[in-house]
Amino acid sequence: MPEARPRTLFDKIWDSHVVERLPDGTCILYIDRHLVHEVTSPQAFEGLRLAGRRVRRPDCTIAVVDHNVPTENRRNGIAEEESRIQIETLERNVAEFGVPYFPLLSAQQGIVHIIGPEQGISLPGMTIVCGDSHTSTHGAVAALAFGIGTSEVEHVLATQTLLQKPAKNMRVAVDGALPVGVTAKDVVLAIIGRIGIAGGTGHVIEYTGETIRGLDMAGRMTVCNMSIEAGARAGLVAPDQKTFDYIKGRPFAPAGDAFDRAVAYWRTLPSDEGASYDKQEKLDARKIAPMVTWGTNPEAVAPITGIVPDPREAADEARQAQMQRMLDYMGLTPGQKLAEIPVDVVFIGSCTNSRLEDIRAAAAIARGRRVAEGVRALVVPGSGIVKEQAEAEGLDRILLEAGFEWREAGCSMCLGMNPDRLKPGQRCASTSNRNFEGRQGPGGRTHLLSPAMAAAAAVTGHLTDVRELA
Amino acid sequence: MQAFTTLTGVAAPLPIADVDTDKIIPARFLKTVKRSGLGVHLFYTLRFDKDGRERPDFVLNTEPYRHAEILIALENFGCGSSREHAPWALLDFGIRCVIAPGFADIFYNNCFKNGVLPIRLPRDVCDRLMDDARMGGNARLTVDLARQVVVRPNGEEVGFDIDPFRKHLLLNGLDDIGQTLQHATSIGTYETKRGTEQSWLPPVHVG
Ligand code: SF4
Repeated sequence: MPEARPRTLFDKIWDSHVVERLPDGTCILYIDRHLVHEVTSPQAFEGLRLAGRRVRRPDCTIAVVDHNVPTENRRNGIAEEESRIQIETLERNVAEFGVPYFPLLSAQQGIVHIIGPEQGISLPGMTIVCGDSHTSTHGAVAALAFGIGTSEVEHVLATQTLLQKPAKNMRVAVDGALPVGVTAKDVVLAIIGRIGIAGGTGHVIEYTGETIRGLDMAGRMTVCNMSIEAGARAGLVAPDQKTFDYIKGRPFAPAGDAFDRAVAYWRTLPSDEGASYDKQEKLDARKIAPMVTWGTNPEAVAPITGIVPDPREAADEARQAQMQRMLDYMGLTPGQKLAEIPVDVVFIGSCTNSRLEDIRAAAAIARGRRVAEGVRALVVPGSGIVKEQAEAEGLDRILLEAGFEWREAGCSMCLGMNPDRLKPGQRCASTSNRNFEGRQGPGGRTHLLSPAMAAAAAVTGHLTDVRELA
Repeated sequence: MQAFTTLTGVAAPLPIADVDTDKIIPARFLKTVKRSGLGVHLFYTLRFDKDGRERPDFVLNTEPYRHAEILIALENFGCGSSREHAPWALLDFGIRCVIAPGFADIFYNNCFKNGVLPIRLPRDVCDRLMDDARMGGNARLTVDLARQVVVRPNGEEVGFDIDPFRKHLLLNGLDDIGQTLQHATSIGTYETKRGTEQSWLPPVHVG
């Protein structure tokens, strides 16, 4: 052991997972949980097969289909042939390699980053990986969770480890009471607006401060989810009583005496007093307004009370050109009020915002109102279980009566690999996490915002400050 | 994996910052269960119009850049998703080296697993290489991994940094998994220790 220098939450999880440190500093890092989905795994299983290798720890692995799945009429099978082949390939692979799997028609099926915490598969102090960049979501339960490529998926399947060098520590502290109508999504969009889409590159961000501690677990997941949009390797929130209460009783979590022993360990994880960070940033929550993106990456964001910025005010020529390209793509003019931009489609879903709390927030705005003429609004719960719970609370009725579509669980219009896609030129208010060109369908235009803001846009037909509807 | 030793070839200039993985290969082309054949989708929306016709002004649609083996790009190249389809598409197109002032972490990692060499160089150096690249077919660049230099058409050599372990794997075309499995005993020991210390941890078991 090195001398007892104060360590961060990240340092502690990292240190406890190092199997071996190679001479150049590269570590063989043990992986506790590996989440597998249909898009980034076929080539990995194929690699195992070619090399005659097996899955080392099926009992640390869970597979699910989410990216490609249809969100309606799924009992009739999958119409798109390539999607069907990918899903069938995963089903064959999990059967052949003995990997636990939540089938498409089970209630446990859902977006991989929703079901990990929901099932108690993702726990504090763990290392968790998945062939998907939004694996950072699981950092909300204080797990070191990050996205990997397919070669690394194969590496984890075969060895239950990864070859990695430690990341740097970054702390983002958010303090102050959140104003009414401002949510976790607005907080994380404000953070990305501040530090930029490469602001976290090479770092793991630990979110601290009273505002973060005040968020419920769903909100913390929303914040950690978008860490990758700031370029960070992962996001983390220290475990506290809220974390333990959230985990208790979940299907795959330790139970009884084992739970108490687990909690005793988890309590040792928070960063030590005096631990040092390579980079720090502070935000005042009281100054955050509901946020919305106007461009084609998540740092192109502004308060809903603002206007479309003018490229001529950009710092240098390259920025000017980039902003101009964004505005051309988005079909916006400098000076236009954000709250007057009309929308064609509203998407409430994705691993950022498709938990029960998000659907409640959307339903609270939708209640007694109607989706505006000409607007198509989709609500896609994150898992079969979220769907059941929402229905038990009658949220589906409220949304359906207001004219929203109520779908089955999956990634859906977050990336448009299934039939839920924008048409060229369509403008969407979306609770997802990426507004890249063509992300929700070729030529589609995305404005990222919170579930309440999305529901507000659905009922007014344009981007709207949700505080005016409350 | 194909080893990477030296490469001499045409370099294509792509002076755009924050090129995300959806730009490198849009999601709708991720429905494959293979690694090969993705080159035709590389930079799809930049390369083709909505009817699937080549955009004549895009660099990779012009000579000699159709045969580019090196790409010169700007900051934060490869940001966004973890899709390894991004380096697969570059490789399948014929690009084996990307030079930029900065890369997103996952993309950077993914390149090495596929014999694609990402090189980080300061912005002013990238600007000079960008100028070289604009000179086309008469101005080939050479990338020498063993010596860690990029040789400009005028003979000037520019050094670059690379992690020694990754360099070793790449130079020899070694498979990571084979390397790690040489440490299988340590992994087993770790698992036993963890099983005792964290005996509260239940296995994942469905059905
Ligand atoms: S919901 Fe979107 S961001 Fe999340 S895993 Fe699915 S495709 Fe990726």
